[in-house]
Amino acid sequence: MKISGAKIIVETLIEQGCDTVFGYPGGQAINIFDELYLNSSRINHILTAHEQGASHAADGYARATGKVGVCIATSGPGATNLVTGIATAYLDSVPMVAITGNVPTSLIGRDSFQEVDIVGITMPVTKHNFIVQDIRELADTLRTAFKIAKSGRPGPVLVDIPKDIQTGTCEFEPKKEPVRPYPLNFASDLALKQAAEMIKEAKRPYIYFGGGIIAGKAANELLALAEKIDAPMGCSLMGLSAVPSDHPRFLGMNGMHGHYASSVAQDEADLVIALGARFSDRATGDKKRFSKNFKIIHIDIDSAELDKNISSDLAVQGDIKDALFRLIPMVTKVERPEWDKRIEELRAEEQRRLESAAAAVFEKKCGNCTSPCPMTGIPASERLAPYTIIDIISRKADEHDIIVTDVGQHQMWTAQRYPFRNPRTFLTSGGLGTMGYGMGAAIGASAAQGRRSVLFTGDGSFGMNLNELATAVSQNTPLVIVIMNNGVLGMVRQWQTLFFDKHYSNTTLSRKTDFVKLAEAFGAKGMRVSTAQELEEAADQAFAYNGTFILDCVIDCDEFVLPMLPPGGSIEDIITEIK
Amino acid sequence: MENNQYVIGVIVSNISGVLSRVSGMFTRRGFNIDCLTVGETESSGFSRITVVFHGDSDIKERIVRQLNKLHDVKEVEVLDRHETVIRELLLIKIRNTPETRQDIMTAVEIFRSKIVDYSPTALICELTGETSKIDAFIELMKPYGIMEMCRTGMVAIERGDNCLKTAR
Repeated sequence: MKISGAKIIVETLIEQGCDTVFGYPGGQAINIFDELYLNSSRINHILTAHEQGASHAADGYARATGKVGVCIATSGPGATNLVTGIATAYLDSVPMVAITGNVPTSLIGRDSFQEVDIVGITMPVTKHNFIVQDIRELADTLRTAFKIAKSGRPGPVLVDIPKDIQTGTCEFEPKKEPVRPYPLNFASDLALKQAAEMIKEAKRPYIYFGGGIIAGKAANELLALAEKIDAPMGCSLMGLSAVPSDHPRFLGMNGMHGHYASSVAQDEADLVIALGARFSDRATGDKKRFSKNFKIIHIDIDSAELDKNISSDLAVQGDIKDALFRLIPMVTKVERPEWDKRIEELRAEEQRRLESAAAAVFEKKCGNCTSPCPMTGIPASERLAPYTIIDIISRKADEHDIIVTDVGQHQMWTAQRYPFRNPRTFLTSGGLGTMGYGMGAAIGASAAQGRRSVLFTGDGSFGMNLNELATAVSQNTPLVIVIMNNGVLGMVRQWQTLFFDKHYSNTTLSRKTDFVKLAEAFGAKGMRVSTAQELEEAADQAFAYNGTFILDCVIDCDEFVLPMLPPGGSIEDIITEIK
Repeated sequence: MENNQYVIGVIVSNISGVLSRVSGMFTRRGFNIDCLTVGETESSGFSRITVVFHGDSDIKERIVRQLNKLHDVKEVEVLDRHETVIRELLLIKIRNTPETRQDIMTAVEIFRSKIVDYSPTALICELTGETSKIDAFIELMKPYGIMEMCRTGMVAIERGDNCLKTAR
């Protein structure tokens, strides 16, 4: 039987296992939305406030589940509004299919109303993209899009569908099951043997893992390897939540705002085993100085990552789970008491530096300064420290709650401090660093998992996409929004303090926004707190509330994210205290 | 840092947008293209792109790996210059005067070029060969007055029975 292109789209989405999609209608997508209306019992559509929110929601859905997230928008501005979300997903290897309507094929190329070349625009931020020019290819194009999105290193794929393709008709035969990914690449035996040999020769191995461990479901193999070769582990921002934060071998994130012990241990290692990580500049700092002391084994599914940012001594392409599974029997079990001892020393030093930095802050703010913070009006002695906020929230939250962040200081504090316990419970924009990511992602993650999300955000980031409060409230999303409200764009302000002679150019917000009233205006609840005691009580209410709740936490404008490796710097330049 | 010229052959699906994807990858990643040619192959579903660029072996390796990631790219090979036939085509329009005509004709003959258009004031020569030969001919023609010219860029194919496959 012949059915319309719009129906083919929706039937193919259902066939591919989509239970929920995110989007926003418009002139060139209206036929698709008509089919979503007719099939609302089979596929759920969540209307966001803005297409960017839809793309982040699809991303959050995908990160929380590992499934392909889907967003739908109309042509022109609808399509361009997706771009930031698509790029966010691309940089963090998130499987996504973005569907855009476009003007009828006869009008393409004529600068028609709401026409834009979205395929051209998104070419560099998608794994692949398509414009469908023949309805007979529509279903298979969508299937291929899903296949590409979830194969190998995952990523976003865009399918642009002109209006006449949606309104035309064609035979459609549903497939019995979703498409399978392309076959995996497996590491060669030779390469793994060489890796085992290098590990055998190493005295001070260090495992540096990234998001590939989560995407490749390889956490157990990772822990088994670390155990067998007696190595400490650190990770990139994207690797967080792959292993429990309190795992005895885990030193935390390394790099620009990483844990002191994690970054220094890596520098003192003689072998770094990089697993599903890509040596971003935020992880390495100065690439020339980064790896002068150690050899590198780099294992990744994506061969283009090997030797891209850092030249390795052994580059191994292959599925990480399989590679580790086969590597473990090749290495001999060893104990490295000296290296373990050194790691313990570094942990102790990290603790000492943390306390010293806290004391220095106290001295500066409370010892010498009696006036209230100029931004918040709070006396310094009563300040609510960022780590205190995270500690309180983490005690109230369930271990399966999904922790989401926006981008900036609050993101780094959360990455450093939050005790993650389960993979896929930490969603953050690592590669692109998208302020405004969090609201959409939290809504998408909650919709996918049917459970609470906790969004840590800042007053800057939250301001970017707070329109999605409307979505959260209409979905009755169980969402606790923790705004670390310092009245400034804190991360840029921190750089201005350190590197720009305190020229606070355009980072002092001094907005008059009342986030409690804002929450109420959207139909959510909100409370403003400025001490730990107030937060304890407010958080109890927030976590007991069945819906969206804002905790507006007033913090000092001069809190710093520490440690800090200055951009382009190396471990010798590490700042652990502001004098 | 070493700076070699590399020639790579790329088999791609013959569909719209594929040239943008390949050239866009070079632009976006900051790789410079010396020249790029594209044309049909023995199989109708595929096109063949020849890309020439300068760089060290790390850059070459990164380019090959990035190309291999593109969905429409089916085969990538760095061609060994010693084992490869490389040709370029030049069309060049030179001012035609009674004084210079004979000299130009002589050069055309020596270079095994061909005159493909002749008018009292201009003539067009066609020349194929390796880049160095084309360069030499252009240099030689300069004094006579080059009115316009265009060259195709390199096309390259391996000697012997080594082939870039059009089906993966």
